[in-house]
Amino acid sequence: MKKDMSPSSQDILSVIVENEEVAPDIYLLTLEAKGISAVAKPGQFAMIKVTDVHCDDPLLRRPLSIHNVSADKVQFLYKVLGRGTKILAASKSGMETQCLAPLGKGFTIPSSVKSHCLVGGGMGIAPLLFLAKHIRESQPGSPVHVLLGARNKKELIAVEDFSRVDISELKIATDDGSKGHFGLVTELLEKEIWSKDEVNIYSCGPEPMMKAVAGICQKRGWNCQVSLEALMACGMGACLGCAVSKKGLGKENYLHVCSDGPVFSAGEIW
Amino acid sequence: MVIMQQPDLKVTIGEWTVKNPIMTASGTFGYGEEFSPYVNLEDLGAIVVKGISLEPRRGNPPPRIVETPCGMLNAIGLENVGVDKFISEKIPLFNKYKTDFIVNILGDSVKEYSALAERLDDSPVAAIEVNISCPNVKKGGVAFGVDPKMAYEVTKAVKEKTTKPVIIKLSPNVTNITIMAQAAEEGGANAVSLINTLLGMAIDSATRRPRLANIVGGLSGPAIKPIALRMVWQAASAINIPVIGIGGIRTVEDVVEFMLAGASAVEIGTANLIDPGVSGQLVESLKDYLQQNNIPKVTELIGSLNTK
Repeated sequence: MKKDMSPSSQDILSVIVENEEVAPDIYLLTLEAKGISAVAKPGQFAMIKVTDVHCDDPLLRRPLSIHNVSADKVQFLYKVLGRGTKILAASKSGMETQCLAPLGKGFTIPSSVKSHCLVGGGMGIAPLLFLAKHIRESQPGSPVHVLLGARNKKELIAVEDFSRVDISELKIATDDGSKGHFGLVTELLEKEIWSKDEVNIYSCGPEPMMKAVAGICQKRGWNCQVSLEALMACGMGACLGCAVSKKGLGKENYLHVCSDGPVFSAGEIW
Repeated sequence: MVIMQQPDLKVTIGEWTVKNPIMTASGTFGYGEEFSPYVNLEDLGAIVVKGISLEPRRGNPPPRIVETPCGMLNAIGLENVGVDKFISEKIPLFNKYKTDFIVNILGDSVKEYSALAERLDDSPVAAIEVNISCPNVKKGGVAFGVDPKMAYEVTKAVKEKTTKPVIIKLSPNVTNITIMAQAAEEGGANAVSLINTLLGMAIDSATRRPRLANIVGGLSGPAIKPIALRMVWQAASAINIPVIGIGGIRTVEDVVEFMLAGASAVEIGTANLIDPGVSGQLVESLKDYLQQNNIPKVTELIGSLNTK
């Protein structure tokens, strides 16, 4: 079992700079978190306590992937789905929150490929903005393609932020055709004409979408990484709660989203 | 004003002296090293590592955890690397720290428990905690945890194979905890630790499905603290060996309450998962508590509950 330690991760009490509703039930949380912004890598996540750290209910922290970093701030994009995120959504700027980050293994960005393509669906776009910016900075010459999918126009988030990053191509798909391609984001990916090993695909979104992306990549010989989500308690490899089945059979059949991932090579899972 | 000397935090578990009563509970603290960015491991009384079986175990399918009011249910299924890999890869890590490590062992038969004890006898671990109480594996563990005769047998078998202090970790899923505590004592245990998780269940009303793939799991966290306190008090009243209290401990008040109920030490469990630095902070706050209350020795707290 490989266990990547994150010695640079820390547990800090950070001030909420902003917590803004950017789309219905979707919030952009900005934290003052200098030590974290300096070391975070795209694809890593944070464990955030939505109430005071001493509050017993809700008990557990919530895992949120890092959406964006600036000099001393870290941003998270989240959807209100349950009690925890509802409480978080009610947090006002100036309040403090306990933030354990950066955690997990992020995206690996190979320099051997010509192009990079980011495929996001729904809230899965959350970790991709940071990734797009990072690739742009570290490999200014490589084309970065971004394919984003959502149920409808209203749920398309952060599109403007992506267009501000100097990416080569931004394509959109909506399930109801209210913006961009009328259909699935995976259909956009299928139309791409890169040759084998020319492109690296990075995907985050609902599991069926990522599985479909992984399938397309396998067929076309494109290297693919996926960012998974799981219920987790600790976020640091201690509780072993966030197990995910490893492809194939073997004695050690499970990987752990928090410590082996959340980013995996698609071939490890499907 | 009298300035008090540094209070004495040392406690004893049989012949074994522990530098303070704050320990970590198995399965909530990895192998210790994972928490080194948040806790100075050498500050802790002892570190109880993830449970180890003879053969590696893959654990239960996901979902393995679910949050419940003031607590969580888990059905990890004792996933672990097995004793061989534990000895070759994990034990060398322990030597890096001047602190006591306790190995938690689990098995499906008396033979397996005694084999594990034998394998670990010449290792540098300070003590062995015997898990006879995990509710998540159908064929194993729990039968020993609810049957006093089996608990006695396992304790005796482990004691015969090791010179290290043996702590028997008890299940709360019994009608009378004192019978189990007495069985461990008669088997030669140096201490008992309690409580392990309470068997529980969560259902999703929308999907009509259980929230855990294993259907049932172990409840932990602040929700179980009153039950744990009651059982620690009952067990401590019934036996003459030390009791280590476990169950929803997060604050120094919790620590003191368990000690008043009769615990000689405590293990911090679920709280580590939410606040990875909490165990180290508790050592400091316990020192402060003793100083503020003019208690020179932490042992004065043990079993000093005032019921009059």
